[in-house]
Amino acid sequence: MTDATHPTAASGARPRRRAASPARSEPAKRAQFDRPLLPWAFLAPQLLVVCIFFYWPSVQAITSSFYLEDPFGFGSTFVGLDNYKDALGSAEYQRIAGFTALFTVLVTGFSMGLGLLFAVKADKVIRGRSSYRTALISVYAIAPPVAGLMGMMLFDQHIGPFVKLAAWFGYDMKVGINYNDTAFAMILVSVWKQVPYNFIFFLSGLQGIPASVREAAVIDCRNGFTRFRTAILPLLAPTAFFLLIINITYALFDTFAVIDVMVKDKPANNPVTLVYKVYNDGFRGNDIGGSAAQSVILMVVVLVLTLIQFRWLERRVHYG
Amino acid sequence: MKNPIFATGVLALSATAALAQPVQITWWHGMGGANEQVINQVAEKFNAAQAVCAITPVSKGTYEEALASGIAAFRSGEQPNILQVFDAGAATIINAKGATIAAEDILAQNGHTLDREAFIEGVRYFYADATGKFIGMPFNSSAPIMYINTEALAKAGVEAPKTWAEFEAIAPKLKEAGYIPLTASQLTWMFFENYFSRNNVQFASNNNGYDGFGGTEIDATAPEMLAFWNRVKDWHDKGLFGFYGAGWSDNQKPFEEGKVALWIGSSGSFGGLSKTATMPFSADFLPYDETAAEGNKSTFIGGAALFAMSGKPDDQNKCTADFFDFLTTTEIQAFYHQATGYVAITTAAYEKSKADGWYEQHPVAEVGIKQLMLPQGEWSKGYRLGFYPQIRVVEEREFNKIFSGETTVEDAFKAIETEGNELLARFAKTSG
Repeated sequence: MTDATHPTAASGARPRRRAASPARSEPAKRAQFDRPLLPWAFLAPQLLVVCIFFYWPSVQAITSSFYLEDPFGFGSTFVGLDNYKDALGSAEYQRIAGFTALFTVLVTGFSMGLGLLFAVKADKVIRGRSSYRTALISVYAIAPPVAGLMGMMLFDQHIGPFVKLAAWFGYDMKVGINYNDTAFAMILVSVWKQVPYNFIFFLSGLQGIPASVREAAVIDCRNGFTRFRTAILPLLAPTAFFLLIINITYALFDTFAVIDVMVKDKPANNPVTLVYKVYNDGFRGNDIGGSAAQSVILMVVVLVLTLIQFRWLERRVHYG
Repeated sequence: MKNPIFATGVLALSATAALAQPVQITWWHGMGGANEQVINQVAEKFNAAQAVCAITPVSKGTYEEALASGIAAFRSGEQPNILQVFDAGAATIINAKGATIAAEDILAQNGHTLDREAFIEGVRYFYADATGKFIGMPFNSSAPIMYINTEALAKAGVEAPKTWAEFEAIAPKLKEAGYIPLTASQLTWMFFENYFSRNNVQFASNNNGYDGFGGTEIDATAPEMLAFWNRVKDWHDKGLFGFYGAGWSDNQKPFEEGKVALWIGSSGSFGGLSKTATMPFSADFLPYDETAAEGNKSTFIGGAALFAMSGKPDDQNKCTADFFDFLTTTEIQAFYHQATGYVAITTAAYEKSKADGWYEQHPVAEVGIKQLMLPQGEWSKGYRLGFYPQIRVVEEREFNKIFSGETTVEDAFKAIETEGNELLARFAKTSG
């Protein structure tokens, strides 16, 4: 859409090409599936997986969220929207929601930023490039609970080297007691765990940029940073967009194990994310209705977030 | 039974197999470390003692995780025969009438008798219903007691405190001698629930919750409680009380390392502590509040009980009953008590340990049981509060805030009371 307003030759050419291609390929597609059931047969396994592992539990969660249920499943009372009101009205829930938002922004921002930085630097290395890359990627092989355990040791009040380092600067770091200290430790471990993933994708994205484009850019612009911003970054946009969605999902859900290990299953005053609260209320507190309502809220948030991303952000991404 | 032919087939098969193979029953629990090994030994002893039944203990992690897995398994029909449920979860499991078979009933149905009088007094009420019938089978019972680093006290030239006022008198000397005077694990149990019992203060309305869930409210802002916690906060600010977060071991570790003079732990910590402590230690009662009108009462029984889950075939229930009966034998009780430090729950086991001369070698092992045998106050028998594990989560959060200076003692306990009562009201709705 925005392309059309640019009078440059390169972007002006693209809409014409796009307009032409569907006309060519459509008859071919029809010819491939002349039997109407065949596509459904191909789709069936995937549809089955989605139904069993997504739609069915989602419907159950939505149903439970309107009931107050006995933990053992002996009886339930319909309470309408009470579970939602209780969750959204609670100061504790609002505090956790606020932290989750901040946590997601910081973890996504730092892990993508650092991943990109390392990828750009590693892309330039010529001597010993594979050993640098292996060193950077290997962290990705660590499972989240193990990463959490390592974080717990590094920030342990009695033996943690980070705590000693902070003490050296005159700061009394108390991970597990001080809210901000724990938040810092969690964000650090979560970012550290995710950087290699972003690194792999950014690196392969960089290597997919043709040498001719880079050489042309060098001729056009001598400033390295500007060249990166105006030529390389737009070409990385599809990778970055994909990573953005993956990283937000990671920060919202996959950091659960890191958090669980780091708070040693006693959250107390420590920051936790919404998904941890869902788990804590549902599986620890046996409050199934309240927990289901919270997970539905979370589901809606992620749905809206993803829609916004596709509606607003993807328009600005160039798929070369 | 969705498939009757299949079901009869299985029954027939298991009937013939019974001659050769014992009936298998499972026992889910929440113990780890040294205590898990003792549980395995108890199971081995049972399996060796008879050939009809074979029990398999499975550790589900922590107490909370054991309860959560037990509930999830019950909902999908995969429950174990025996589930260990901790003190805070008592209301949840006892309220779920169809999920368990009362310990007294399953024993009676299978030809065993349970003599309530054989149990020490402190154990009799906590897992029983209003009429005194045992719903859970008391198993590992504990009391919060004070462990003492004897070197530290000798170095400072002071005696172990009996009351918190005595602690305040000696604490500066312990600090001067280079020790952190006091730490405590799980403040929810030590300084909250058992403040009520030890000092005989009412915890909750409706007779501490025993008379029904509807309208039950906790009294977290009792003036005695607030005054005590203001003292705790003051100790913390003066460096007389070390707080290392809500985790149990974070607060135990500095004591094991000999940096701390006094640590409030569980009588059940004794077995593990004997292996990990780097210095000689002794123990005494949890200090009481000298300002409370009727202090120095027995504490609530802590630890956990075993519940027989319903929906199991008769031959397995028979094995469960046999196992419960086996557990109450004096020999097993004395073994378990001596190996772990959990208190002996029958008078006979206590007498046997005395006769064995166990307490002469290990005086620490007797502290918990002695504390539970102190005179009971009106409010030290127990509490029955729904969603209590979640209320503990609120308490942990607010205690942390107190020590990090984010809130005052008054505001923290106001929050515990408000949020706790909301949870209690919710529980009354689910159980209503």
